Amino acid sequence: MSNVMPLLSEIDRRLLDEYQRDFPLSERPFADIATELGVDEAKVLERFGYLKRLGALSRVGAVLRPNRVGASTLAALAVPAERLEEVAALVNAFPEVNHNYEREHAYNLWFVVTASDQDGVQRVLRRIAAATGLEPLDLPMLEDYFIDLGFSLRWI
Amino acid sequence: MDMINHEQRVDIDVHDMRLLEAIQDGLPLVPRPYAELAQQLGMGEREVTARLSLLQMKGVIKRFGVVVRHHELGYRANAMVVWDIPDQQVETIGALFGAFPFVTLCYRRPRRLPVWPYNLFTMIHGRDRDEVLLRVRELVAACGLDGVTYDVLFSRRRFKQRGAHYGIGARDGDPRSQRFGIS
Repeated sequence: MSNVMPLLSEIDRRLLDEYQRDFPLSERPFADIATELGVDEAKVLERFGYLKRLGALSRVGAVLRPNRVGASTLAALAVPAERLEEVAALVNAFPEVNHNYEREHAYNLWFVVTASDQDGVQRVLRRIAAATGLEPLDLPMLEDYFIDLGFSLRWI
Repeated sequence: MDMINHEQRVDIDVHDMRLLEAIQDGLPLVPRPYAELAQQLGMGEREVTARLSLLQMKGVIKRFGVVVRHHELGYRANAMVVWDIPDQQVETIGALFGAFPFVTLCYRRPRRLPVWPYNLFTMIHGRDRDEVLLRVRELVAACGLDGVTYDVLFSRRRFKQRGAHYGIGARDGDPRSQRFGIS
């Protein structure tokens, strides 16, 4: 989990920075990228594999718009400090929960609940309240203002 | 049964769902990734790319390409910065925030008074805490938000992180959930 930035070549940086959106939908996308970068297809595939093993690359894939598929909410619990690990484990045990983080606030445990529909989300929140004895804040997304153009490594 | 109808929903059929499931961990790193997916799914290669193109046009896929890991690239600090923005301004400010390169999420959510007064949520990454705080001050200055109440919730421990399970993959009595990468 260390900073891998120093281990990246110029080609690696360009692969990470310039192909975050509109990835080619051609028969041989990696060959197209190779042509643009002036290397060969095998090199591009080899570098993507390296970047994935290194952990710098999560995936070459799709970022979905929230709430177009299924339902979800952001939930928070104000957990007494001495119960935090116990409650985090209770919450983690729900398969509908992902992204469970401790954050610095009176509401100190933040997680996302996803289900096939809104009723499913509400059911999980009620079960979490029952299991923990704590009342979750239910903060569903109302509007998404984030135009995801990717994470520019250039502004570093 | 193929259609998911809900106010914000668009029509996605089971083939789209299976395709999204198949690429949840990314394209296979082979010379013809779409052909490999096609074979796996029993579709044509052209059908795979056409569906991916259409899903982007419909806005189901927000972005298709390289997804990086911030932490590994040296962005060790991240904070959820929450703002209490007057309702009549939230649209404008949200759009402004969403365009800053260091803002990686920007959502409007409901207030829950009296315990939770904030209605605009941003995620801000930085190499360290100071950089995150500098970015927050940059937002305040650039958007004229002096006097607006906000709070910076740095993340401390990560108890769980994985793609979302929507549980919509159940078919043929298969209760298996499907995972999607939402960031």
